[in-house]
Amino acid sequence: MSAIKVENLSCVYGAKTPFEQHAVKKVSFEINKGDFVGLIGHTGSGKSTLVQMLNGLIKPTTGKVYVDSVDLWAKPKEIRKFRFKVGLVFQYPEYQLFEETVYKDIAFGPTNMGLSQSEIKERVIHAANFVGLKDELLNKSPFDLSGGEKRRAAIAGVIAMDPQVLILDEPTAGLDPVGRNVLLSQISQYQKAKNNTVILVSHSMEDVARVTNKVMVMNKGNLAMFDDTAAVFARSDELSKMGLRVPQITRVIEALREKGIDLPSGVLTVDKAVMEITELLKKEGKL
Amino acid sequence: MRDIAFGQFYPGHSLLHKLDPRAKIILLVAFIVLVFCTANYAALAVVVASVIGVILLSKVPLRLYFKSLKMIIFIVLITSALNLFYGTGEPLWEFWVFKITLAGINNAVFVGARIISLILISSALTFTTSPNDLTDALERLMKPLNVFHVKVHEIAMMMTIALRFVPLLLEETDKIMSAQKSRGADMESGSLIQRIKALIPVLIPLFVSAFRRAYELAVAMECRCYQGGEGRTRMKSLKLSYRDYVSSAVVVVLIVGVVLCNVLLPHTVR
Repeated sequence: MSAIKVENLSCVYGAKTPFEQHAVKKVSFEINKGDFVGLIGHTGSGKSTLVQMLNGLIKPTTGKVYVDSVDLWAKPKEIRKFRFKVGLVFQYPEYQLFEETVYKDIAFGPTNMGLSQSEIKERVIHAANFVGLKDELLNKSPFDLSGGEKRRAAIAGVIAMDPQVLILDEPTAGLDPVGRNVLLSQISQYQKAKNNTVILVSHSMEDVARVTNKVMVMNKGNLAMFDDTAAVFARSDELSKMGLRVPQITRVIEALREKGIDLPSGVLTVDKAVMEITELLKKEGKL
Repeated sequence: MRDIAFGQFYPGHSLLHKLDPRAKIILLVAFIVLVFCTANYAALAVVVASVIGVILLSKVPLRLYFKSLKMIIFIVLITSALNLFYGTGEPLWEFWVFKITLAGINNAVFVGARIISLILISSALTFTTSPNDLTDALERLMKPLNVFHVKVHEIAMMMTIALRFVPLLLEETDKIMSAQKSRGADMESGSLIQRIKALIPVLIPLFVSAFRRAYELAVAMECRCYQGGEGRTRMKSLKLSYRDYVSSAVVVVLIVGVVLCNVLLPHTVR
């Protein structure tokens, strides 16, 4: 079953002014429940506009968005309902924290949903767990946390709404390598545990290759590719024409293959590469 | 949020864009005085005609001028309506305490036309002059105040920074609003008190980020050894050209025209 379906979606900014800009042009796709989709594209390719149309923050100029087969804009007054179904974590979400305590901030979404106090508490603790926030932090002011902790708290604030689709816009931007890895595996675990749909917008091909099973490529407002992760990263020539690249390790393996070394194509992570190379060396009796 | 037309710069290459900002400010002040010196319809016609001329010369879409008028049209209507009933002389029409006289009608027309001319001509200045040019020019024009130990450069610097921050903060507000909306914040419905309360999740992060930006900017300026106006030179120094002299001459002609109209023809207002 499709979690999100999009038909002929377009968005024009500043129509009929000298600044008119087609941010998204006639995009159609369907994302299945349980998919972990990576969304990549050059700066200004329309990624952010696209994801903001998926939860009704931006009204599309033309085209339709269906969440659970229901048209998002059929009843504009009830658009808020869909924001709970499609949770969107913005870039640098730590700048949206405002409450006195981390607990209250994470509870903002669930409170807006009109849940009971006991249910809110359960969700907050659950969400904090998912992103690895320690319990003792919940009673602190969000402004006293470290950068990484703030980021986690903000992401927990969206996860606490228990959305069917979770969209993260560059969740690892500006984090140190360790923080990056930890956050990414937590998101991946969250996705597996809930079997929810997750869309990850990222500039890091390594991140995308590591956790996603499908990849969407946006180029100048068009949906250029939408396929399995390995299939997309096999088209490295086309990607580099769009100002994108494939993960480093994939390029290394491709270069080795061109030298005539018998490795499989479509290796996306370092772990996989290590495995393949050890296997090859064992087979050749060098290890 | 971004539909504020008054005071917005519209880039272009018209004659008005190319004028020296200092000349533009001085001419604007002269023109505003002139607008209020009109005493009869002939003088008013001269002023209105020159406003139309300036608008056409600026090559800025008329739509923008209408937008900046839209914001103050109520003020114009109210002041005009009030003036309508405050005329002296023979009443043309009377009802209870209200009476309309010929002088009242004249007053109403003059007040309306003057305010509209005022707004249009000042819009023409802000549409055709970038905020940076504007503050530069103000700094130069206020320089004589240095004698009285007024920190002219610092004031101009603060104005430049404030103007630079307006679009940034607007953008930031948009972003934070979107972020809170996606957590289900409801800002479009409810009573007035509910709506004000709904702004708290936007205002607190906005304040925090404004302070953070201000602090970062201060550090960045200190890192580049910024230390105020003393001994600073400019990258682009303003220079008067023939255009500025010609337009000044045109304004002088206008002043003479209005004065002649006022002197030669009978006064309709005050």
